[in-house]
Amino acid sequence: MDITDLTVHELMKKMSNKELSSEEVIKAYIDRIDEKEKDVKAFVTTLCDEALNTAREIDKKKNNGEKLSNLAGIPIGIKDNICTKGIKTTCSSKMLEDFISPYDATVVEKLNNENLIDLGKLNMDEFAMGASTEYSYFKKTSNPWNLNTVPGGSSGGSAAAVAANLVPWALGSDTGGSIRQPAAFCGVVGLKPTYGLVSRYGLVAFASSLDQIGPITKDVEDAAILLNIIAGHDEKDTTSYDIPKKDYTKALKNDVKGLKIGIPKEYFGEGINKEVKKKLEESIEIYKKLGAEVEEFSLDIADYALATYYIIACAEASSNLGRFDGIRYGHRTENYTNLRELFRNSRSEGFGPEVKRRIILGTYVLSSGYYDAYYKKAQQVRTLVKKEFDKAFEKYDILLTPTSPNVAFEIGTKSNNPLEMYLADICTVSVNIAGLPGISIPCGVNSDNMPIGMQLIGNKFEEEKILNVAYTFEQEYKFREKYKPNFSKK
Amino acid sequence: MTDYEKVMGLEVHAELSTKTKIFCSCPTEFGGEPNTHTCPICMAMPGTLPVLNEKVVEYAVKAGLATNCEISRNSKNDRKNYFYPDLPKSYQISQFDKPLCEHGYIEIEDDEGNPKKIGITRIHIEEDAGKLNHNEFGGGSLVDLNRAGVPLIEIVSEPDLRSSGEVDRYLKKLKSILEYIEVSDCKMQEGSFRADVNVSVRKKGAKEFGTRTEMKNMNSFRAISRAIEYEADRQIEVIEDGGKIEQETLRWDDVSGKTFSMRDKEDAQDYRYFPEPDLVAIRLSDEYIENIRKNLPEMPEIRRERYLKEFKLSEKDARLLTDSKYLSNMFEAAEKICGNAKAVANWLLSDISRILNEKEQEPSDIPFTAEHLAKLVELIEKGTISSAIGKKVVEELFENPKNPEEIIKEKGWIQISDEGAIKEVVKNVLEANPQSVADYKAGKDRALGFLVGQAMKATKGKANPQMLNKMFLEELSK
Repeated sequence: MDITDLTVHELMKKMSNKELSSEEVIKAYIDRIDEKEKDVKAFVTTLCDEALNTAREIDKKKNNGEKLSNLAGIPIGIKDNICTKGIKTTCSSKMLEDFISPYDATVVEKLNNENLIDLGKLNMDEFAMGASTEYSYFKKTSNPWNLNTVPGGSSGGSAAAVAANLVPWALGSDTGGSIRQPAAFCGVVGLKPTYGLVSRYGLVAFASSLDQIGPITKDVEDAAILLNIIAGHDEKDTTSYDIPKKDYTKALKNDVKGLKIGIPKEYFGEGINKEVKKKLEESIEIYKKLGAEVEEFSLDIADYALATYYIIACAEASSNLGRFDGIRYGHRTENYTNLRELFRNSRSEGFGPEVKRRIILGTYVLSSGYYDAYYKKAQQVRTLVKKEFDKAFEKYDILLTPTSPNVAFEIGTKSNNPLEMYLADICTVSVNIAGLPGISIPCGVNSDNMPIGMQLIGNKFEEEKILNVAYTFEQEYKFREKYKPNFSKK
Repeated sequence: MTDYEKVMGLEVHAELSTKTKIFCSCPTEFGGEPNTHTCPICMAMPGTLPVLNEKVVEYAVKAGLATNCEISRNSKNDRKNYFYPDLPKSYQISQFDKPLCEHGYIEIEDDEGNPKKIGITRIHIEEDAGKLNHNEFGGGSLVDLNRAGVPLIEIVSEPDLRSSGEVDRYLKKLKSILEYIEVSDCKMQEGSFRADVNVSVRKKGAKEFGTRTEMKNMNSFRAISRAIEYEADRQIEVIEDGGKIEQETLRWDDVSGKTFSMRDKEDAQDYRYFPEPDLVAIRLSDEYIENIRKNLPEMPEIRRERYLKEFKLSEKDARLLTDSKYLSNMFEAAEKICGNAKAVANWLLSDISRILNEKEQEPSDIPFTAEHLAKLVELIEKGTISSAIGKKVVEELFENPKNPEEIIKEKGWIQISDEGAIKEVVKNVLEANPQSVADYKAGKDRALGFLVGQAMKATKGKANPQMLNKMFLEELSK
């Protein structure tokens, strides 16, 4: 048995019937990290020794009869833009290279309450800006399915680590596709919850009105389990909704009979890779076979979503990243003689090119004289996008699209072409703009054995529906049994 | 010079006296060791989020209702972006296009004493910045974020003010209103009440406003008046010399009594306001607003009218007392105990106000209680001490607040009303001043005053003045 290939729900079973101790699990992961991390480069910080100590303590408590959560002693990886007290939170930026947060994010507190063990902080595009994790200041993470390709981004470290069995599951964050797109590229499950379902307190902000934390897991059931832990109103985040707590694992009914699935045709048009399109069409056929009603329709506004997204996200980012000014924490230049130089040089040295590009874009669209033409207009389009989706959900339970028009691309092929990189988000951004929940699950591989992702979009707070629809496909298709990453270098 | 008219508009910042900051639960208390009233939120640690303190909204609505504003049912917060070390997030959470309160006014007197309404454009809520300490702890500048996130309201007036006198009365009236509704301490020395003053001049009768200059963060009434006079004169001089006024921010230097340009135009700030995405919109129900309106306390005008009727005070005294809620509260409390409204009012408006002025303190800084003041009035009424001693007691109360009875006992200030003792003093004074006695007898009544004064001096002010007078007259008529 390869412990690291088990899903979390499988681990839970084996740990509760004492087949496995936490120490054994952690040791298995440490061995796996020793073996594969040098190829994958998913971690910014590993916490192997600390994790082993914690595992032993938890085992001792369990042996002494202490009542702990069913998840106690299971490891997890955390994207490096989620604050962890006493452990570096770098956002994969030189700016925060040595930054240690004085507090835990709300989601981290929730993980700690379950006695989950933090195995390390995972690599990402700097400040979550990017779609390939190549914009990390520290390292380029590789896709376990082909080490020469990117894992996607910005939560590339999280997705690659889960795919490579370096962690059983991980937390990512998704502003425009940063959970779903890397999940698709790495052949794992990634869920972006409804805006406001999960507290953002402690998530280093990129674009406040779009950011959400969510699970990246081996399968849909694990995603439901992790969502159970992290979802819920938080007094520290007034944009988090106060809705009754649900058990998302109960939603996994393995049944889609009579369910109405809408296929927005704009997502299957120009620019979509043939093999991706073919796999998606096969998936649609599977749903039909399982008894779902599938219908194509037009989501007119989809074409404007990407431009709208980049205006709003950059505008908010330009303000959110103002606090990295070299005064209280983070990188401070050694080269200054006055205040202006202190600000300017600290930021020039601390931020990478993509972050700078977006700060400049965002500053521009908020400037007086341009605000109405860009930011205000984008907000108006945002309202229209929401309305379009509302209309769609009057007819359909679920919308189905590709997660990305392509499979993972080769490292270095897009990092110097921002516009092309931005297009990687085209299928995912409108979900953030409308604040909806979206999940990406693997629905096959292409001829090069590279995974292809399918995105299922639900109406607000209908995570149960998309989880069930994803689960039903997964049970039928059995992707994990058919395909494994092979760490090849093609 | 007299052909010109001054035009002023004010932006007043008042710190709200909520217990905790606007977006976190740190205390708002003034002072404290640097950076001790802070937390990850007000220090803007990465990942933190603001949570709006509901008391701040309530206080701002109170201020809006007390200044006759319309209260917005649907309001929001916005970010004002700029870089400065005392602004940890690099943006201030404020309100831009949807302030909580709009279109109000307060009434003051113009220079002729006629009532005049000064328009309130808007009142909005925002957070205060921290403070920089320059060279206080060795070299360089250090940031203290204790004040960062203390709630403020900004009260913006219409350009309705036409003289430094009007500005002064407007500010005092505003301060008094905020004190009455108990939303701000309005302590100018501590910076909890400060004003940005916009000044322009125009030819009398002109319809258009002149170009204005702004003086920021003024925190003394006297400085504001002086600054307005100086700046208006400067502008008139520039115009008379054929020059043009530049719209700019100026710094008032109280020592030299001059204004100086602060930053050049190239530095003109673009604050890139946009709606704060970390906070939800502020929606207020009619019921919520009405509830606050119903619970507003008695306002200064109403209280003044009551003083005229209830205590028969003069118009001026009633106004001076009610200008300050603290002072008038003390007046009412002391009056209730001793029953002598006139005397209590006199002490508060004369000696006590004078001492406060000298100390540059506010009525709320008075260290003694209404009970102490009432006791003082009673002691004088009973003749235990003279009013002259009363003045000394007041001085002492400021230094060492305690029961006046104890003070006079300790200091030995109890009035001498013993006939024998006073007779003795009178005799001594008469013997020592034969010339005055002769003068008096020659018809110079003033000499009596001198003699009484000498007796007072000899008894260090403790002799009962009525008895002294009577006894001197008796002796002199012998």
